Amino acid sequence: MSGLPIATDGSARIARQTFFTRARRSPTLILGIIMLGLLVVASALAPIIATHDPAAQSLTGGLLPPSFEHLLGTDQLGRDIFSRMLFAGQTDLRIAFLAALTPFVTGIVLGLVSGYFGGWLDYVIGRIVDTVIAFPFYVIVISIVFAVGAGETGIFVAFALVGWVGYARVVRVTTTAMKSSAWVAAARGGGLSHARVILRHLLPNVLPQAVVLLMSEIIAIMVAVVTLGYLGLGIQPPTPDWGTMISDGQTFVTTKWWISTIPGLAVIYTGISLSLVGDGLGDAWRVK
Amino acid sequence: MRPPLRWLRRTLFAVVPVVIGVVVAVFFLLRLVPGDPARMILGERATPESVAALREQLGLNKPLLQQLVDFAGTVFLHGDTGNSLIYNVSTRELIVQRAPISLALVGLAVLFSLLIAVTLAVLAARHKDGIIDHVVRVIPTIGQGMPTFWIGLLLIILFAVTLKWFPVGGIGTGPLEPLRSLVLPALAVSLGLIPPLVRSLRSELLEVFSSDFVTTLRAAGIPERRVVFGHILRNASLPTLTLLSVSVSYLIGGTLVVEQVFGINGLGSLLFGAISNRDFPVVQGVALYCALMVVLVSLVLDGLVWLLDPRTRSAS
Repeated sequence: MSGLPIATDGSARIARQTFFTRARRSPTLILGIIMLGLLVVASALAPIIATHDPAAQSLTGGLLPPSFEHLLGTDQLGRDIFSRMLFAGQTDLRIAFLAALTPFVTGIVLGLVSGYFGGWLDYVIGRIVDTVIAFPFYVIVISIVFAVGAGETGIFVAFALVGWVGYARVVRVTTTAMKSSAWVAAARGGGLSHARVILRHLLPNVLPQAVVLLMSEIIAIMVAVVTLGYLGLGIQPPTPDWGTMISDGQTFVTTKWWISTIPGLAVIYTGISLSLVGDGLGDAWRVK
Repeated sequence: MRPPLRWLRRTLFAVVPVVIGVVVAVFFLLRLVPGDPARMILGERATPESVAALREQLGLNKPLLQQLVDFAGTVFLHGDTGNSLIYNVSTRELIVQRAPISLALVGLAVLFSLLIAVTLAVLAARHKDGIIDHVVRVIPTIGQGMPTFWIGLLLIILFAVTLKWFPVGGIGTGPLEPLRSLVLPALAVSLGLIPPLVRSLRSELLEVFSSDFVTTLRAAGIPERRVVFGHILRNASLPTLTLLSVSVSYLIGGTLVVEQVFGINGLGSLLFGAISNRDFPVVQGVALYCALMVVLVSLVLDGLVWLLDPRTRSAS
């Protein structure tokens, strides 16, 4: 595409064009997308790429060091670590992305409502946010997962209950600032309903911020899922998960250090790729 | 109204609802259990009589509102969440027993993170776009996805197993042994806090470095060391203190998890022990006390910011 956008294009299209122009030129974003893409493809194709059945045990082939037969060695039950890493990635990524969705939506809705209407509603939502924040993240997540029951359901409930506060806070601040601007008054004066003002005019303006935050929230949730797995409260065996793999290796940390180290590196790799995507999107959208 | 009173009033308005909210949230933790909590605590093989007895003991047969009022009464009158179902002593007693070691760990972690973060941020800001600055700018990207417990394991592999500088786990006995045992766990906790601290401190320092009063100080011939430590750091310390107050909650949570890695007998092991025993009142007690601790510490740190920064006092 060349030339200046013409006036009849509509401002939304211009904004989109500049976003894509900036996004294409952002090495951060492109690197992040490539890293994340590789990871997603590797975990999606786990059944094809894996060299062994992730659950196949071997009584004699336990704790083998990396070799051509077992690229990353085997664990204490003789299971192939490379294959388990791929399947664990599938589980951890899927759960982290899914668990991040509910709080993303509720957080944005509560932030918009709180900032737009203000008053007692804002006060009540604000105090609930303060209450959730008062609990150390891991203490509340662990307690909820314990009450609801270890495993996937517990994880989803825990993040649905505590994960929304970050979005609510960020969105509320932006909404409050926009509420008093002339264009909102004009939209209201033009006869638009509150719902329409919120959905058509305020939401598109807070979405970029929320999406950037979503990236770091997915990282936080993934780290938490892995931590819960390590503590025995997350994904339950025999389903492979990076956290339980790290805790399995802890017993042999003095002699077979790689068993615990490798899954941790995978977590960090995922974290870096999502963080690059988040930073890149933030730059392209000019979100602070 | 005089400024200190105004500050106190505003603080109380913010703190009282949160304390009430925390108590209500901890109460509803038991209601998150799918099905009968008494059945969940005792397990599938418990007799109907023992389940009924526990329901009576936990007050589950009363109306919900009555239960909430009773629970709040226990919290505010006895400072606990009832008796442990396993040890049959007040949850407060168990928490008070285990809290000192966890608090020592939190304190040491704060110290480490401040020392490391301030050093890195000063070096990065002094030599902007230098090697250290580039490294420091990459830290937050990597640090976000670092599981604290895994960092703890790496520290064990490196400093305890290979170099043998520190014990692998537990708390040693002897004059300085306990402190030595806490170094690695505290370092693991602090490494999670350093990335956001460095990021904010660096940008804060860059701003102060280029401000007019620093140019004036330098022009007046004040030694660079005094400019950095006496003036620039002092100005950059307030936002850091605020960030630290926000991070208290992270520190306490991280500490409980890291205790598990190093086999330290603090609040973390109390929590996880209670979880495997299904000792609900103890889990509630740990959650309650951790949240109250966060509220208290942020209150104190906010007060400190207010004392150190004349601007927050004059502003209405």
